[in-house]
Amino acid sequence: MTVILGQLFTGVSIGAVLLLIALGLALTFGQMNVINMAHGEFIMAGAYTTYVLQQTITDAGLSLLVALPIAFAVAGAMGVLLEWALIRRLYTRPLDTLLVTWGVSLMLQQLARDVFGAPNVQTKAPDILTESTSLGADLSIANSRLFILGLVVLAVAALTAALKFTPLGRRIRAVVQNRDLAAVSGIPTARVDRLTFFIGSGLAGVAGVALTLLGPIGPTMGTNIIIDAFLVVVVGGIGQLKGSVIVAFVLGMLQAMVEYLTTLSVAKVIVFIAIVAFLQWRPQGLFTLRTRSLA
Amino acid sequence: MLRFHRRRLAACSVALAAALAVSACGSKTGESDSTGGVTADTSGDTVKVGLLNSLSGTMAISEVTVRDAIMLAVEEINAAGGVLGKKIAPVGEDGASDWPTFAEKAEKLIKVDRVAAVFGCWTSASRKAVKPVFEENKALLFYPVQYEGLEQSPYIFYTGATTNQQIVPGLDYLKAQGKKSVYLVGSDYVFPRTANKIIKAYAEANGLKVLGEDYAPLGSTEFGTIVNKVKASKAEAVFNTLNGDSNVAFFKEYKSAGLTAASMPVVSVSIAEEEVKSIGTQYLAGQLTAWNYYQTTTGAANDKFVKAYKAKFGADKPTSDPMEAAYVSVYLWKAMVEKAGSFDVEKVKGASDGITFEAPEGLVTIDGATQHIHKTARIGKIGDDGLITEVWNSGGPVKPDPYLKGYTWAGGLS
Repeated sequence: MTVILGQLFTGVSIGAVLLLIALGLALTFGQMNVINMAHGEFIMAGAYTTYVLQQTITDAGLSLLVALPIAFAVAGAMGVLLEWALIRRLYTRPLDTLLVTWGVSLMLQQLARDVFGAPNVQTKAPDILTESTSLGADLSIANSRLFILGLVVLAVAALTAALKFTPLGRRIRAVVQNRDLAAVSGIPTARVDRLTFFIGSGLAGVAGVALTLLGPIGPTMGTNIIIDAFLVVVVGGIGQLKGSVIVAFVLGMLQAMVEYLTTLSVAKVIVFIAIVAFLQWRPQGLFTLRTRSLA
Repeated sequence: MLRFHRRRLAACSVALAAALAVSACGSKTGESDSTGGVTADTSGDTVKVGLLNSLSGTMAISEVTVRDAIMLAVEEINAAGGVLGKKIAPVGEDGASDWPTFAEKAEKLIKVDRVAAVFGCWTSASRKAVKPVFEENKALLFYPVQYEGLEQSPYIFYTGATTNQQIVPGLDYLKAQGKKSVYLVGSDYVFPRTANKIIKAYAEANGLKVLGEDYAPLGSTEFGTIVNKVKASKAEAVFNTLNGDSNVAFFKEYKSAGLTAASMPVVSVSIAEEEVKSIGTQYLAGQLTAWNYYQTTTGAANDKFVKAYKAKFGADKPTSDPMEAAYVSVYLWKAMVEKAGSFDVEKVKGASDGITFEAPEGLVTIDGATQHIHKTARIGKIGDDGLITEVWNSGGPVKPDPYLKGYTWAGGLS
């Protein structure tokens, strides 16, 4: 019984990690339809930001907390730069965006290799996050996982609130639903695009900070997770946050349960088969955004 | 809508054609000798050797240090006059933690650079990928890492431990400690799978229960489920054959789950001083490792090696078993060449049997029949300072037995 409870929590925590890495993408890919292959490298940038901060602020707890807003700003700024320099010229050409951002991702990986060296680096987690909270006899939950779960809940709540209740959020939704009409109504779509990209990329930076608690930081960490992130957004459905949220946790749970019964590699295969089957049945994903736009 | 423009397609095909042309030129420079191999270029006053290690990717954490150790040996040998009067000119290549890349770079080193020998590879997957390249071209590879045994290529010298010099002593140690059950965790490729096959055969013959066996893809960082399974199994010890960065994620998760060295010790065969440093002692203190060398190993040869390494690469850099085996491999090659009086691969191979070297780990001897070396087995405990101290050793060099012919329980393995 405790094992099943433990696995349930493992599933939730895999889901939380998936959601955190996919959240920024849900915004830039889901809302703006930009296939940004460099999203994984923004996550990497967030992770390296944590590493750099820990070199200056030696207190592990403090540097982690400071890293959250700074990584958001660093990755966000990189996103804005990418949007301004390249992506805005390619909004009508998705295939070119894919190739260009993939090129950017390779360049960023090499840059990280040149600056930080090819071997992966580690950060030191604050002691409290290396321990676990005991829930009865044999069941304990890793504090780092709880921290990530809390972080993702906070991020989703903040993002949902921002999209629903702020003027910026209304403008973003308007541009997503009907770009031309929004422009005609006086919304500066170019500026909205840039802001959306800032937030989406910034969230990738936050995900990078969280990932330093679980594994190593390296130049190729982005490529290892970008596929999972795209899967979540594609299966969740374009243009809706709630799809990504549900799918992240369902996939996490599926992964944890199948892995418990089989092995890690088999679980990955089964999850992929489930996704392919699901997309056969619902190619548009779990939720779709219905608009009267002609695009 | 996706639309391919004719202009773009044309540009792509030009680029593709150019790439093909470049790779086609690359393989023509080597000259074949009468036996079908490629002769090394030793015409000048230098002799080239190839260094093939992953300087990027998931294995870089380990392999960069091996490269450094090889470079140290090369510099020491050059400072002392070189090999047969020729200075060694190292040619470095990055295997990038990608097995086909290893094969490609090995071919380049042999055919284009025409090196006299290649030092490198870490994972068995990379060794298996380059093995046919060395056999086909009749070129020499010195492989410096402990591995799963059951292999004996005529063109590879194995200077790391085979199973009876590392894994079997590790299991003997657990048995002597009174452990009755183990859980096996490893990366999903040839070394851990073969090692675990051997461990299961040993366990069956020695009354040790194997309570579970799990593999994670190389580079995987998601260990929640595996650690849960390990914990639920209530095994008395864990035998860990994970490689590279996965160890970081595994030990973080292990500690988070409340498992400790006292409650369920982990014996690792791929974690040496360098990995301890990067994983962090907060996760590893008290855990066990099985190797043939530790930085703390006593002896004049090791004092000299540690001092020279730290002087060159920094006082905070630890030395480790694979580094030592790589360092030793260059000296062994030198001794073989000098005994043969030639750089010719077949002559060098013929001169190998019985060559000894006073290595940092103690005296090592090449066993010409298996092309492995006699090594002392050592079990160590990881300390709070990140160094590993020996808690047990085999008392003297163990004869290499890659096919475990001397063990009755290993009869069914091949």
